[in-house]
Amino acid sequence: MTINASGWRPEVGAGVAESAGTYTGNRALMLEEALIFEIGDGETTGVDIAAPSAVKSRLAGLERNRPIGIPGLSEPETVRHYTRLSRQNYAIDLGLFPLGSCTMKHNPRLNEKIARMKGFADIHPLAPRETVQGALAVIHELAHWLVTLTGMKAVAMSPKAGAHGELCGILAIRAALEARGDARSTILVPESAHGTNPATAAFAGYAVENIPATAEGRVDLAALTARLGPDVAGVMITNPNTCGLFERDMKALSAAVHAAGAFVYCDGANFNAIVGRVRPGDLGIDAMHINLHKTFSTPHGGGGPGSGPVVLSEALAPFAPLPYVERQGDTFLLIEEETVDERQGKAFGRMTAFHGQMGMYTRALAYILSHGADGLRQVAEDAVLNANYVLRSLDDVLDAPFGQTGPCMHEALFSDGGLAEGFTTLDIAKALIDEGYHPMTMYFPLVVHGAMLIEPTETESKATLDQFIGALRSVAMRAKQGDPLLKSAPHYAPRRRLDETLAARKPVLVWKEPEEAVAAE
Amino acid sequence: MTRYFTDEHEWIDVDGTSATVGITDYAQGQLGDIVFVEVPTAGTQVKKGGDAAVVESVKAASDVYAPVSGTVTEGNGALDGDPALVNSDPEGDGWFFKLTLSDPSELDGLMDEAAYKAYVNGL
Repeated sequence: MTINASGWRPEVGAGVAESAGTYTGNRALMLEEALIFEIGDGETTGVDIAAPSAVKSRLAGLERNRPIGIPGLSEPETVRHYTRLSRQNYAIDLGLFPLGSCTMKHNPRLNEKIARMKGFADIHPLAPRETVQGALAVIHELAHWLVTLTGMKAVAMSPKAGAHGELCGILAIRAALEARGDARSTILVPESAHGTNPATAAFAGYAVENIPATAEGRVDLAALTARLGPDVAGVMITNPNTCGLFERDMKALSAAVHAAGAFVYCDGANFNAIVGRVRPGDLGIDAMHINLHKTFSTPHGGGGPGSGPVVLSEALAPFAPLPYVERQGDTFLLIEEETVDERQGKAFGRMTAFHGQMGMYTRALAYILSHGADGLRQVAEDAVLNANYVLRSLDDVLDAPFGQTGPCMHEALFSDGGLAEGFTTLDIAKALIDEGYHPMTMYFPLVVHGAMLIEPTETESKATLDQFIGALRSVAMRAKQGDPLLKSAPHYAPRRRLDETLAARKPVLVWKEPEEAVAAE
Repeated sequence: MTRYFTDEHEWIDVDGTSATVGITDYAQGQLGDIVFVEVPTAGTQVKKGGDAAVVESVKAASDVYAPVSGTVTEGNGALDGDPALVNSDPEGDGWFFKLTLSDPSELDGLMDEAAYKAYVNGL
């Protein structure tokens, strides 16, 4: 079966040699666009600015004597430039975005409507508190629902992304240990963890040690327990983990960690698979960040910003960072200082200058309230259903390393096993671009050879999934049969396969004048 | 000169108490195109099984562990400008660092070439 038979893409028609090309380099509505430094004349501006009067320099000969070298374009040229570039991009509003571990779900338009209300959109962090009571009420109510959904004691709202939330959680653990005079040195992290986990632990000053996985793709509880000791400050677990599997031994794991005097950090990036079904607090977790931009549908992947509130257990709650919102009667206070007398005074510090990502709080609260408890439960169920549909629809053509041990959670994991000699995960990803999809996450998690991690999310219909499955099945079959055209994919993208190795070995990170670029070679 | 291998895919050539360390051909094949290598500088103390170097490919970044304990005498500066040497000649010009062994008895647990070959075939 050929999908996309109507073929709107400007594939060169039969009988027209590719070299024929066009005068502009454009292919009908697929526009070729130069870099902004290569268009315009450097002199044009969008507005008329009077020539500056002569200035007496006080820089003692250090003043710039060459043009500053920024592009000069009129307003319509500027608008067209970025609009043309945006048409070469891929976005969740264009199609399925199967990036595993990223949860690229639909961003409901209701969220956007709420976030644009003047009372939320046009306020300032330094506005008098009595004029922004509604905004503080939103932060307070969102905090309430995050604590309720996770079964935890408190939440630090201010962290601005998942990794920032991880740092917040680990700093809370460090503060709790130091408060009892028990500074420890090591954080344990499973092999399949997001790279940010060991990076966070190292950034917070801890040594990082790996915990192996079992053949089933879960944390090896025996190995973990054997490693626990008085030097271990905490364990960072992802549940569901990055193999798309639920860590069934989580309660036993938490109990063992607590018995050793350490804390359990949970990477909550995959909370969307269990929201409304499992409360992390019931699993013995002490700290977990929640990616509002994943589970709670706020935009990300270039459309962000992210937001990573951290829920905390009773043991860690006193150490939550400032500021936070507190309710007193009908008044909402933004607490920016603590004293020992009034509020224990144990906050470990601040993660941000202000209160966090207000625009994401309004969207996330709109999402939670519009779904309700039953709706959020269905989010998790449909996310898992969709992932299992992808897994079972493709496990006859792609190797599913943990497919035999039961259903997956919110993402389907395949390996490169069974592809023809010389064919790789990268070839499949590139061919998916030709099929009109953003590729899945690849070569992660590292514990699976040539990993392909696909997270369809709950917002995709069966028809959308069927088309994606058909495309991936077709590409996978070609990779198994050794179709040589796959090695040079993509064929229909604005650019063919890029030399990623050269780009990594000799990165060119800033634009240079063409003659300089040649000289640098 | 005797060559030993670790189950983490490092090789070590030993001559008395001096040795040269790198990663095996199997390891470079698994990593794919290597884009960056960070080797230890002379004077660095390394511990058997501890982190000694970092190798980054288009797919992943990995730690390289010290096969034995000792003091680094030289890092391979050529890898700085040409990390592809690890792909083209992993068990020759693509060596990572040289060191002086502090405890030659640590070599006892390592594999010889035949044992390593059998180990890789079993993976």
